[in-house]
This record gives sequence, C-alpha cells and structure tokens, in this order.
Amino acid sequence: MTITLTLLYDRIRWDEKELLDSARAKGLNVKEVDAKTTLLNLNKKADEDYGDVVLQRCISHTRGTYASACLESKGILVVNKASVSEICGNKLWCTLALIRAGVPTPRTIIAFTPESALKAAEEIGYPVVLKPLVGSWGRMVVALRDREEAEAIIELRSQMNGALNQIFYIQEKVERPPRDIRCVVVGDRVVAAVYRVAAPGEWRTNVARGGSTEPCPLTKEVEDIALKAAQAVGGGVLGVDMMESPCGLLVHEVNSTVEFRGAQSVSSTRIADEIVEYAVNLVRR
Amino acid sequence: MKCSECDAQINVPDDAVSGEIVTCPDCGLNYEVVKNEDGVLLKPAESVSEDWGE
Repeated sequence: MTITLTLLYDRIRWDEKELLDSARAKGLNVKEVDAKTTLLNLNKKADEDYGDVVLQRCISHTRGTYASACLESKGILVVNKASVSEICGNKLWCTLALIRAGVPTPRTIIAFTPESALKAAEEIGYPVVLKPLVGSWGRMVVALRDREEAEAIIELRSQMNGALNQIFYIQEKVERPPRDIRCVVVGDRVVAAVYRVAAPGEWRTNVARGGSTEPCPLTKEVEDIALKAAQAVGGGVLGVDMMESPCGLLVHEVNSTVEFRGAQSVSSTRIADEIVEYAVNLVRR
Repeated sequence: MKCSECDAQINVPDDAVSGEIVTCPDCGLNYEVVKNEDGVLLKPAESVSEDWGE
C-alpha cells in the first residue's frame, strides 16, 4: 500500500519544500493542502481526503494548532499532535511541562500585575529576561538589566492590548556563551544538534535575529536532556533549545514546528528524510 | 507577471510551488504563488503575524 502524506501549510518555505521533495523521493503519494483556504467541517467525518498522515507545517502557530485539533477530531493522524503544539506555543505551558518532567530549565517567576512583575525581577535578581507568553522568532523578548529598565519596559507591556500581555513571564538571564544549542528531535532520536550563535550586537540567538549555525557535538548529556524535554511536551518532531549555564544545560524552549534550514546547513543527516520517515512509521505501526 | 503596486516585472521560478513567496524586485512587495488549472497566479502574501514561526 502506498502511503499518502498530506502537508498542511499556509506558506511554503525552504523547509516545506524539503519535506515535499523527501516524501516524493520516497515514493509516497503527496498532497499539499493550504490551511488558508481549507474548511474543516466538524460534523462530517471526512470532508476531504487527508490520506494516512498529515504533517502540520503552518507558519502561524495558532492556525496550525487549531487545524490539528480539528483533523484529529476526524480520526486523522497528525504530526505534531495539537496538544503538543499547544504546549510548545505557550512559554508557561512549556515551562510547566519541563518542570513536571524534571528537565533543567531557567528559574522563572510568573506575575499578574506590573507591581508583582517588578517584585519577581527583584527576587530573581537582575539581569532578568521578560518574555511574551506567546510569540516567536525572539520578538518582544527583552533583557532587563536593572530596576529602571524593568519599570519602563513593564509599564509599556502593561499598556499593551491583549489579556496575555498582562501576564508577566520573568526568567533569569542565564550566564552563557553567546550561543545556544538547538537539537532537532524526531521521535526518540536527536537527528541534528547545532550551535546557534548570536549575531554581533545581539544577545538573542534566533536565526530570525541573524543568528548563525555551527556544528555541535552530540554528547550523551545533550542527547538525554533533549529527548527528555521532547517527551515532556508529548513527543514528535521538535526543536529543543538549551543553554550552557555554569550549572549545566538548561532547556529554555521547545518548538513544535521546527525550522531546520540552519541545522541542515551544518548537518550530514537529511533532516527532512528523518521527519518523513517518522511520519510513515507512525502509519505503519 | 506584473507587480500590482509598482508594475515591475516579477519572474516566478519554474520550480516554484503553490504557497511559495516571490518578491517584487523593485518595491519588495511579497506575493504568494498559486498554481492551479488556470496557470500561475500571484496574490498578495499575508503579512507577518505575532504567532508566526518558531
């Protein structure tokens, strides 16, 4: 039986083209479905044939998560699961999952008012990092070096619209080299590990912020922590980010729609092949 | 194909697929490629939203 894999997208980037090329090279039937023009009728079992497995690769986290939930309700196998996307797309849910699983993660305090947020920053000790609960590519992630900065930024945040902006996620600013480690986890394997090096004048390491990618040796410690973090959020195809602190590795983020172009540029394993193979094996199970 | 904003010529690569983004070389406007039975079309791309990306 030839397996049919559907790529659910809202924008085709290099990563999605790689996945499509890989799936076709493996002889799969491949369908491309644009989430922007798709209707998901919740009262019908199947209003469109999504084949055996859906790779959900929407660039919009919210769109992707909601689409996954609708597809799963029809009994369709989706990678990653909606529950995984939901956890990874919210920094608080993700941190709670990591802590529950005993994965080392930076010290974090949640506060619900600007006044409490300042107290949280004092309790952790400056410098601290203020992050939005939902956000990506390092946007609105800001380092607060002292109380003066904290007062200004927290006041600005408190005046922003949106209920989630009134929840303050404050984390220690971990002492680390100007890089972090990105592990691409596929199922129960780390298929690539790379350093993401911050661009000059930038402390955030996101490739979207100009960060560059270098090979990273996959030590037993890195592998163990990456796999444990992936399991903590429910498993699947994930990007686990960790920092090298003086106290050891600390996981600060797990991404559910992992962008792997940077990792691929310094990795000998074809990451798209691993992801497609994982999806195929889920069908065969 | 012409840019709706500045009328510049936009070349769509032969291997472009639906959902891919092409950019006007003159004004930088992004377009999404749509390939269907009518051929290749360009529609203005969605702008970046706060929940985009990893």
